[in-house]
Amino acid sequence: MTPVKTTTTPHAPTAVPAARTRAPGTARGPRRRPGLLRRTALPYVLLLPALALEVLVHLLPIVMGVLMSFKELTQFHLRDWGAAPWRGLGNFTAVLDPGAPAGEALLRSFLTTCLFTVASVGLCWLLGTAAAVFLQEAFRGRALLRALFLVPYALPVYAAVITWAFMFQRDDGLVNHVLHDQLGLTGSPPFWLLGDNSFWALLVVSVWKGWPFAFLVVMAGLQNVPRELYEAGALDGAGTWRQIRAITLPSLRPVNQVLVLVLFLWTFNDFNTPFVLFGKAAPEAADLVSVHIHQSSFATWNFGAGAAMSVLLLCFLLLVTGVYLFLTSRGRKAADA
Amino acid sequence: MRRFRAVAGAAVAAALLATTTACGGGSPTGGDADASPRTLTYWASNQGPNLEADRKVLEPELRKFEERTGITVELEVVPWPDLLNRIMAATTSGQGPDVLNIGNTWSSSLQATGALLPWDEGNLARIGGRERFVEAAFASTGTAGRAPAAVPLYSMAYALYYNKKMFADAGVTRPPATWDELVATGKRLSGNGRWALGAEGSNLSNNIHQVFVLGKQHGADFFDAQGRPDFTSDGAVAAVKQYVDLMATHRIVAPGNAEYAQNQSLSDFAKGRTAMVLWQAAATTFASQGMDDNEWGVAPAPVRSGAPGRGRNVNSMVSGVNLAVFENTDNLDGALEFVEFMTSDEEQRILCGRYGSVPPVKAAQDGPAFDRPELRVLRDTLATSAAPLPQVPSESQFETVVGTAVKNLFAAAASGDAVTTESVRAELDKAQRQMPRQ
Repeated sequence: MTPVKTTTTPHAPTAVPAARTRAPGTARGPRRRPGLLRRTALPYVLLLPALALEVLVHLLPIVMGVLMSFKELTQFHLRDWGAAPWRGLGNFTAVLDPGAPAGEALLRSFLTTCLFTVASVGLCWLLGTAAAVFLQEAFRGRALLRALFLVPYALPVYAAVITWAFMFQRDDGLVNHVLHDQLGLTGSPPFWLLGDNSFWALLVVSVWKGWPFAFLVVMAGLQNVPRELYEAGALDGAGTWRQIRAITLPSLRPVNQVLVLVLFLWTFNDFNTPFVLFGKAAPEAADLVSVHIHQSSFATWNFGAGAAMSVLLLCFLLLVTGVYLFLTSRGRKAADA
Repeated sequence: MRRFRAVAGAAVAAALLATTTACGGGSPTGGDADASPRTLTYWASNQGPNLEADRKVLEPELRKFEERTGITVELEVVPWPDLLNRIMAATTSGQGPDVLNIGNTWSSSLQATGALLPWDEGNLARIGGRERFVEAAFASTGTAGRAPAAVPLYSMAYALYYNKKMFADAGVTRPPATWDELVATGKRLSGNGRWALGAEGSNLSNNIHQVFVLGKQHGADFFDAQGRPDFTSDGAVAAVKQYVDLMATHRIVAPGNAEYAQNQSLSDFAKGRTAMVLWQAAATTFASQGMDDNEWGVAPAPVRSGAPGRGRNVNSMVSGVNLAVFENTDNLDGALEFVEFMTSDEEQRILCGRYGSVPPVKAAQDGPAFDRPELRVLRDTLATSAAPLPQVPSESQFETVVGTAVKNLFAAAASGDAVTTESVRAELDKAQRQMPRQ
C-alpha cells in the first residue's frame, strides 16, 4: 500500500501553488500543469475514503492478527489479549514442524488445498470460457441460457451449499438416488460428506459455484474482441478451433490474467463452502486451510497458533500473487513487443 | 505503468487475503456496573423446536419481570452452533449481553476466561443459596473449588427412548437394561430396512456425551486428577470402541448414521425407521415430528450391571443449560435480579414445563407437568446416576477433538473398514496431541 501513498503525495492539491510560483514566466506551463495535476490527483482523492476504510477494515485486523501470532493466546487471556505472554516465533515453529502433530496436519491441509484449488480454478476457467465462447454466436434462447448460467453466482452461498449438503446425504440424498438407485453405478450407496469422497463433493460444489463468475468475466472480455479479426481469420481459411486458439485466447489474455488470479485467491481462501458442507470438523480429504485455521482457533481455542497459520497463509498467497503478476506481466510485455 | 499495475494488483490481493486473517480484538471496556439500571440484554439458547418458539415461551415471562421490576429485557435467542463463538467474541471485545445462557459443559472453559461473574456466596445468597438446586446440576457449573461461573437453569439427562410398536412386532417385552441385552434386542429389531438404534455420528457433542458415560462405566475419566488429558487409557479406548462397535461389529446402527449431525436420528425414530435412541428430553421433538406420546416409551439408559447408580453404574451425563452474568454488565443489580427471577420456583415450573426439561430447582420439581413417566426417569437419572462432564478448562477442546475422533471412527466403520483397539487408540492419541499444552 505504501507506494500508492507516495505516488499521491506529489500530486496533492497543496503542491499546486508551489508549481505556479516556480514557473511564472512560461505562458503554457501554468495553464497546462494545474489541469494536469487536477486530472492526475482527482482519482487519488476519490480513492481516499475507500483507502481509509481499507486501512480500518482490512489492514488493522491484519496487523492485529500478526501481533497475535507471536502470542500464547488461549482462553486464559482472551479477555485481555494484549496481556497474553509473548511466545516469539514459538507458534510458527510449532505449526511449521512437519514432525509435530500441528505441523503435520497443517502441511497435509495445505497440500489438499493446493490440489483442490488447481482443480477447481482449472475447471471453472475451462467451463466458463467454453460457455462464453459458445454463447458468442447469436441464436434463439441465448439470453435465457446466459441468465440460467448465472444462477449459481446469484444464489446466496449458504442456502446453495446447504442444498448441496442435502443432495449429498448418503441415505436420502439426490446424488445417491441417481447414481445408485436409478443408474446402479455403485455397489452400495457411497458417502459423499465423509471419507475420501468428500474431496470430490467439495470440488463439485466449488466449481458449480465458481464457474459462472469465469463465464461472466470472459463473456465481458469477448465483447472487446473486434469482429473483423474473426472475419479476416475466416477469409484466411481458419476454422473455429483455429480462431479460438489464434484470436480469442490471445485477445482474452489480460482478462484471464486477472480472472485466474481472483479465482485462485477466492478458492484457496474459501471458507463458506467447506464449513457449510462439513461443519466444523471437515474430513481429512476436504480439510482446506481456511477451515483448518478456524478449527485451530475457534474449536481448540488456540488463537495464537491460528493467527500464526493465517500469517503463513497470507505470506504464501502474497508470494504466489507477486510471482504470478511478475511472470504474466513479463510474458505480456514480451508478447506486446 | 507496469510497476503501478503490479502494486495495484498486490493491493487488491492484500484486500482479498485479509478475509482469512484472524479477527481483531480489544481490551475489556470495564463497563460501569450501574450505568443502565433500567435495561438488560439477554442471550437465550435455543431450547424449543425453533427460535420463534423460544421467543413465544420467553417473552411473556420477560414482560412479567418488567412489570415487577421496571427493567426491560431485550431478548435474543442465539442458535447453538453460534452461541460459543458469540460468547468468545463478546469476551474479546468486552461488548456482550448482561445475562446469557451457556451449555453447562462449557462452564469451566468459560470460567477460565474470566468473562463471567463468579457466583460467590454473596451472589448465591441473593438467589436463595446453592441448597435450592439439585446437587448433580450444581456440580456442572465450573471447576471444583472455585466460585461457580453460572447457575443451573434447565436440566436434562439421557434415557433410552423406544418405539412400542416395533418392540411388540419383534416380540420384545421390556426395554434392555444392560449393554448385552441392548445388543441382543438390537439384533432382533434390525432388518428389512429397519435398524435397532439411532446415533448422531457426526455430532461431536453427542459423541462426547455417549463415550463419556461409557468411559465412566469402564472406570475412565478422559482427564487425570491434575486436569491433564488422558484419552488413551484402556478404559477410554474400550469405551469409544464399545460405542462405535454398535455400528461396526454388532450392526444394530445404520451405517448412514455416521454422517448424522442435525438430529436426523430423531426423525428416523419418529418415522419408525429405528426402534431406539439414547437421547435427552426428546418428547417435544417427537411431538413436533408428528409422533404421538403413546407410541414411544422410555427407560433408563443401559449400564453393564443393569442397575444404574454411582461410579461404574453412571448412565448419563448431567446435561443442561446454565445461566450466567457477563462480568462486564452495566446493570449488575438488575442482572442478579433477573437470575433470581428465572430460577424462582414459579418460573422454573413454567419454563421447564414448556421446554420438557427437568427443573434444577428442587422445589419446582413437584408440579404435575413433571409427573410424566419420561420426566420421572430423567429426574431419577439426574438425581442418582448422572455425572458431570470433566470440569476442566480444556473441556471445550476435549469435546472437539475427541468428538472428531469418534466421528472419524464411525466414518471408518460405515465404509466397512475394521475398527480395532489399535485404530481406536491411534485416533484418540491423535486427538490428545491436539490438546493445548498444560
